[in-house]
Order: sequence, then C-alpha cells, then structure tokens
Amino acid sequence: MLMFLSTSIIVISLTLIIVSILYKGLPSLTWEMISQTPKGGFYFGKEGGILNAIIGSLYLALASTSLALVIGLPVALMMNVHLIKHKKLVNGIRFLLDLLWGVPSIVYGAFGFSIMIYFGLKTSLLAGILTVTLFIIPIMVRGMDEVLKTIPRGMLESSMSLGATSSEISYRVYLRQAIPGLVTAILLSFGRGIGDAASVLFTTGYTDHIPTALNQPTATLPLAIFFQLSSPIPEVQERAYASALVLTIIILAISILTRFFSKKYQKNRIKQ
Amino acid sequence: MNYKSFQSKDVFRCFKVKRHLRSKLHTTWMVIALMIVILLPIFLGIGLYVKSAMLLREQSLFELLFSSDWRPLAGKFGFLTFIISSLWVTVISLLIAGPICLLTSIHLTQYAKNWVLKVMHPVIDILAGIPSVIFGVWGILIIVPFISDYLAPLLGKQSSGYSILAGGIVLAVMIIPFILNILIDVFRTLPDELKEASLSLGTTKWQTIKLVLVRKAFPGIISAFGLGVSRAFGETIAVLMVVGNVTTIPKGLFQPGYPLPALIANNYGEMLSIPLYDSALMLAALVLFVVVMLFNLGSRYAITRIEEME
Repeated sequence: MLMFLSTSIIVISLTLIIVSILYKGLPSLTWEMISQTPKGGFYFGKEGGILNAIIGSLYLALASTSLALVIGLPVALMMNVHLIKHKKLVNGIRFLLDLLWGVPSIVYGAFGFSIMIYFGLKTSLLAGILTVTLFIIPIMVRGMDEVLKTIPRGMLESSMSLGATSSEISYRVYLRQAIPGLVTAILLSFGRGIGDAASVLFTTGYTDHIPTALNQPTATLPLAIFFQLSSPIPEVQERAYASALVLTIIILAISILTRFFSKKYQKNRIKQ
Repeated sequence: MNYKSFQSKDVFRCFKVKRHLRSKLHTTWMVIALMIVILLPIFLGIGLYVKSAMLLREQSLFELLFSSDWRPLAGKFGFLTFIISSLWVTVISLLIAGPICLLTSIHLTQYAKNWVLKVMHPVIDILAGIPSVIFGVWGILIIVPFISDYLAPLLGKQSSGYSILAGGIVLAVMIIPFILNILIDVFRTLPDELKEASLSLGTTKWQTIKLVLVRKAFPGIISAFGLGVSRAFGETIAVLMVVGNVTTIPKGLFQPGYPLPALIANNYGEMLSIPLYDSALMLAALVLFVVVMLFNLGSRYAITRIEEME
C-alpha cells in the first residue's frame, strides 16, 4: 500500500508540474509571444515576445548536438568495434563517462567561462555551443554505447570474415543496426542541451536580438524564463510562465519523438 | 585468388587503397575524439584549479572552507555558509526522495502489473527530461506558497516559503527519476532463484523482499543514493530559484539558505569587478567538482563491483 502510494506520488508530482505550468502559462501565451523579439520596454510589461530566446536556444542546442555527434559517435563506435577485445579499457572509458555525466552543469559553465577569459573572448554563441557540447558529450556517448552494446558479436565476426574494414563495420553494419537507439540518444542530449541553464549562464550572455554570427551573445529559453521570473512586474512574470510552457512543450515533443523513433525502427533490428 | 578474373587489377587496387585509407582516417579521428573525452575531466580540474590558485595563495584552503565570513569587498571569502546550505538541501532531498524511490522500485519490480509499468516508463522518462528551470518555476508556483501558507503556519513558524525545505522538495522531485532508474536496474539484476528459494521456505512475499532482496541489493541501494546526492549537490537553477539566497547559516527548515551552485550562478556578473572574486567562485566550482566526483567515484565503483559479482 505504501509502495503504491509512493509510486503515485511520482505520477502526481509530474502531473502537478505539467498542470501548473499549463494553468499559469496558457493564458499569457499568445502568438505575439512566440513570433516577435522583445521591443522597447519589454521588460516592463510592454510589447514583444521571446522569439530571440527560442531561436537562440534552438541554434545553441542544434549546433552543440551536431558537434557532440561528430565527437561522440566515433567514440561510441570505437568502444564497441575497435576496442571490443580490450574489455578493461572499454569499461574504464565507461566508468569515466559515468563520472563526467555526474559533473554538474554549473561546473562546465564555470570552466567554459575561465577558458573564455583565457582566450579573451566575450560571452558569445560560440562559447555557449562549446560549453554545452562538452556537457552533453558524456550523455550522448553513454546513451549510444548502451545501444551498441546490445548488438550481437556475431555481426562483427561475420562482417570481418567478409573482409570489411573496421570503419565499414562501424558505419554500414553497426550504425544501421543501432539507428533507432542512436536517434534516441541524440534527442536525449538535444533535450539536455536546450533545457540547461547553468552552463550557458556564464557563456552565452543575453540579448534581445536574434544572433546572426557566432561571436554575438545569444538569449536562451531557460535564461529568459529565469530573468523574467525574477522581475517584480506581474506582466513580465506572466510571460515567464508562458516561456516555461514553450520550453515544456519543446521537451515533451522531443520525448514523444523519441518514443516514436524507438518504436518505428524496432522492426528493422536483427535479433540475436 | 579468383576474384581478379572479373575485375581489372588496377581498379581493384585503387578501390582497395581508398577503402583502407578511409578506414585509417576514420580510426585516427576516433582516437582524437576519444582523447578529447578522456582528457576532458583532467582539463576541467586543471582549468578550475589554475583559476582558484590565485586565492589559495592568499588564504589556506582550510580557512576558506571553514570560515563563514563572506565579505568579497574586504577580500574575505569564507564558504562555510554556502557549504552548510548545500548540505542541508542535499540531505533533505535525499530524505524525501530515498524512501519514495526505494518503495517505488520495489513496487515496480516485484508487484506492479503490466499496465502500471507501461504508465510509469514514460512518466519517469519525462520527469528525467524536464529542464531544471521548469522545476524551479514549479517550485515557485506550488511549493513556495504551500510552505508559506500552509506548512509553516501549521507548525507555528513564520516563513516566506523561499526556504531550505522548498529547495529540498524541488530537488527531491528532480533526483527521483535518476535514483529510481538505477534502483530498478539494481533490483532487476538480482537473480530470480534467490526469490524463489526464499519463497519456497515458506516466507511471505514481504518477508522475502525485506530480508532477502533488500539485503542483497543493499550496496546497490546505497550507491544509487550516493549518485542522487551528487546530482542534488550540483543542481543549480532550480534550487537557486526557490531557496531564498540569504548569506546566513540556516538554522531551520523554514529559513532561507544559499547553496554553493547558487552562489556561483548569482555572482558571475560582478565577479570581474572585485579582485579575487572570480578566483573565489572558481574555487567554489572546484569544490563542487571534487565533491561530486568523489561521490560518483565511490558509488559507481560499488555498482561496477556488484555487476561483476552477478
């Protein structure tokens, strides 16, 4: 009975979160909100929207996810194709990645900031992208690794016996087999990237404009919510709730997409 | 080698060279990428240390960690207040999340019907994916008014709601999916024979769970909690939004506090204008990094050992 209660507490808290965000956010969510950048006096409750933050967040998350993919995918493949004989080494890397996963994002933010100062950079989209990339690499690699791990070893052996090089095995056999799982891992890290505030707080800055170059500061959704909510003016706070709703919708959409992908491609798989 | 018969020799060689070149290039990039990942924690540590070394030269680490004198303008950086706040929030969140996670994981792995599992899977996944800002907004909307309007008066206390307790509750909800996932894995890896053997001796299901399963899974449970602690310790934005951020050592649940990550996040703007301030904040980040790494190291190590034992 107590157990059922605690299970329901979890369900209830999730529903509470979503319902309260919906309840507070929906009334102030207008088309204007998500289609305009802030106008003069926006932070005193005047006209405008949060398009700058939405676009900024998407830029940031897209760029850093692709960058993390370029670094993460080879690492994940290497762990499962090239290093398959070196069990100890692979386990060591897994351990390291798990450790990295646990490092709080604010530490990445502070690190990114000190690097930025070192190179004399200002807060910019580029600095944000690099920081978020570092932050999501462990998440992505570990997610991909979990999928690649399940591919039967016989696949590797039979492709090798046909004379395939290791890169061919990686990309033509393993990649194709694991695609649904990989997409899941990518979407997961995308969600992390778009939702994280602490790592971009130092590095991307905040601006009212949509960035047009990598060296400009960029607004992000989590920070937009955070700043608007700390304003004493009720209208601005209302907007923070609406922005929170936008972010929640993006995250939920990602989550649904993830489920869709993992269901859809399940049938492609060759089982053991 | 009979394949030469249907393919011109030169074309074949060219093809072969290209294939192997591609494989080589790819392997090189893999090694580089792997190096980046392996060196990342080392760089993190060094980068933060170099920055905080400036302050460490002036004051000893012990002095910094155990003094509650925080006056950046006078060059006094005592972290004790922030460390104690962090500990408070973390402990409270674990006290709330721990039992809930333990009971839920037992429920899901031992009792739950299929439809419950089907509901709970997406619920846990979504809860894990919600960004911390959203948790913060939720904390301000629900938890803070709840504490200031109901809970505090009920216990005869005054509170604005922005308190250690609010931070703890929000954190608890945040780390629940994290701990729960690990606990479910831990209970899944327990061999079925264990349960069957115990049940065949005539114990009730609850006795089996309490005396056999939980005892067997105990190291795993502790490590799961350890990972939860490290996650809670470093969580920034959500806590920052509900915890009040007052620079005094909190004396009760309903008092505001000021955890370490919140300190870093709140002061980044002015840290370049005051000498040594940036160094102090980087030291705070370094402390976070080290504490979290240690907790992770211990817990992960224990989990790996358990998996090897199975």
